[in-house]
Amino acid sequence: MNTFVFIKRVPDTESKIRIDHENNCIIEEGLNFVMSPYDEYAVEEALQIRESKGGTVTVFSVGSEESIIILKKALAMGADEAVLIRDDAPESYDGLRTARIIAEAIKQKYSEYGLILFGKQSMGADNAQVPAMVAEMLGLPQVNVITQLELEGNTGSALREIEGASEKVTVPLPAVVSAQKGLNEPRYETLKGIMMAKRKQIPVITTAELGLSDEQLAPQLTIVRMETPPAREAGKIVEGDAAETAQQLVDFLHEEAKVI
Amino acid sequence: MDFELNEEQRMLRDMVRSFAQNEIEPVASELESRHEFPRDLLKKLANLGLMGMTVPAKYNGIKTDYLSLSITLEEISRSLPSLAVILSVHSSLFCYSVNKYGSEQLKSTYLPKAAAGEILGAFSLTEPGAGSDISALSTQAVRREGRFVLNGTKAWVSNGNDAGAFILFAQTEAGSGGKKLSAFLVDRETPGLRVSKIEEKMGLNASITTDLVLEDCEIPEDNLLGDEGKGASIALHCLDCSRIGIAAQSVGLAQRALDEAVAYSRQREAFGTTISQIQAIQFMLADIATLTEASRLLTYRAAALYDLEKPFSKAAAMAKLYASEAANKVAYQALQIHGGYGYSREFMIEQLYRDARVLSIYEGTSEIQRMVIARFLLKE
Ligand SMILES: Cc1cc2nc3c(=O)[nH]c(=O)nc-3n(C[C@H](O)[C@H](O)[C@H](O)COP(=O)(O)OP(=O)(O)OC[C@H]3O[C@@H](n4cnc5c(N)ncnc54)[C@H](O)[C@@H]3O)c2cc1C
Repeated sequence: MNTFVFIKRVPDTESKIRIDHENNCIIEEGLNFVMSPYDEYAVEEALQIRESKGGTVTVFSVGSEESIIILKKALAMGADEAVLIRDDAPESYDGLRTARIIAEAIKQKYSEYGLILFGKQSMGADNAQVPAMVAEMLGLPQVNVITQLELEGNTGSALREIEGASEKVTVPLPAVVSAQKGLNEPRYETLKGIMMAKRKQIPVITTAELGLSDEQLAPQLTIVRMETPPAREAGKIVEGDAAETAQQLVDFLHEEAKVI
Repeated sequence: MDFELNEEQRMLRDMVRSFAQNEIEPVASELESRHEFPRDLLKKLANLGLMGMTVPAKYNGIKTDYLSLSITLEEISRSLPSLAVILSVHSSLFCYSVNKYGSEQLKSTYLPKAAAGEILGAFSLTEPGAGSDISALSTQAVRREGRFVLNGTKAWVSNGNDAGAFILFAQTEAGSGGKKLSAFLVDRETPGLRVSKIEEKMGLNASITTDLVLEDCEIPEDNLLGDEGKGASIALHCLDCSRIGIAAQSVGLAQRALDEAVAYSRQREAFGTTISQIQAIQFMLADIATLTEASRLLTYRAAALYDLEKPFSKAAAMAKLYASEAANKVAYQALQIHGGYGYSREFMIEQLYRDARVLSIYEGTSEIQRMVIARFLLKE
């Protein structure tokens, strides 16, 4: 079965994010960029599907030329093909816009697939919108935030995380799924993979080629303000004997933290 | 002049770095404190293709440039300097010399296994009575009925305990009656070969170093590497290259000591501030960061010269001399920044400080590196 995996280039989670307050965006200079960690689960799952069921794995990324490095990483992990859908617009955090581009690319150019995989959300933007939107636009069934996936003939069944439990969902294929941590253990790139990725041609398609109008490409979303989260406050220490501290703790949980 | 690594080198560095963080880091201090040879990690390195970086594709390896090998060793050394020397000896001494000097038969027997991590290689030059002065080696190899018979004792063999094969140097009779050094490959299963002692070392405790005793140890004639009597130049050439690897190990160790010092200084409080706010500490950090970066540049340059097939021996000696001495200075200052805690086994800097000490000794002491450098200066 052929699988498509969509991956995004994001700042490394260990990077210290600085904000450009004038332009309401993050300062990219000095940041280390990586494949969004949830996308690694999606790539790994696709590779495992190929190992057990055959077919090919094609990875796609929507973004600037700098996204080629994460496509190469996926190739070095073992993906067969990689495609850059070139989009030089600055990060808009608009999931709808990205979903339109992806859906158009698939509709117009890539019809041979049994499964489309995403990470459940991209690290950094964390909107978790694109997989669901793409499924809608393509009229495909979807299962999101999955921690297990089994494919049997033309049916996929997946476990998805829901509050306090997991839900089993069965869908006809082709379908869209989005990967949650726990789905698998992503492999490392191998040295051989890195050397092969070096030689691999990565075709580039542009948003213009897809015939998307400026209107369709205009972000529907405006960032009003960006701020770093407040610094964590120091913890509270309750003092006294057992009865007193227990009472203080209960009061705190009830009145301040409002969890009981 | 472009100081950037190329794309594959960056990808390799990122891969090895995340491997080190996720797979080596969680077990490293345990391996060191238990003096345990990192067999599982070596298997994982082999699966990633990192045991065959000096082995051509013909023998199932993935031969990279020397800079890539150096970056790999540096990143591994950041998490476990012992593993860096194990890999360096295997790659830059064992596989490298089999590939360069071995017969077709030897290459096709040993290299695919070495690249797959099925066997580990060692390189045995030093003896109890001779280290820097390799002309004083006393192990003998005598021709007998189309074979060589080896007798003697070798010392300080890194990987000695686990190696499946050894590059071993012994004296053979030269035509004129004098003795000349020759290089051999000795399989671990050869009767008459045994490990007699495991060294108890100051550091690098997860890297096991042994003695070797050879008693009427018979090997096929074909196991001679290069020409008979050419052992000294083979040894010196191999060490010239592998020195770059030890320089890289030094850079990785220094980088880790620096990282540890920066992190500790940010968190330790004294006199109402974190010690990172104290200028004396800041100056130490600036100094050790500069030493580390200078070491890295010398090391990468030596590797790059090798890769460009330009004369690299002087640059390699400079890189090894500087980086190994710098790693000791960096570890010393980084430990100083840790205060009393730096002297505790609870903190990694204590281990790094011990590990650093041998860097300026093995694969040619600092004094020997200076001799090499001076020889070039006076010849030029
Ligand atoms: C942990 C460890 C692992 C090792 N692994 C290996 C291995 O895998 N294979 C292997 O073959 N060897 C190995 N060695 C041996 C190492 O390479 C030697 O210890 C080193 O080459 C120095 O030799 P030596 O110890 O005999 O010192 P010596 O040669 O006796 O030197 C003693 C001192 O005299 C100085 N000196 C000697 N000659 C001169 C000179 N002409 N001018 C100025 N100063 C001089 C030296 O620099 C040193 O300070 C290892 C050693 C250690 C500690």
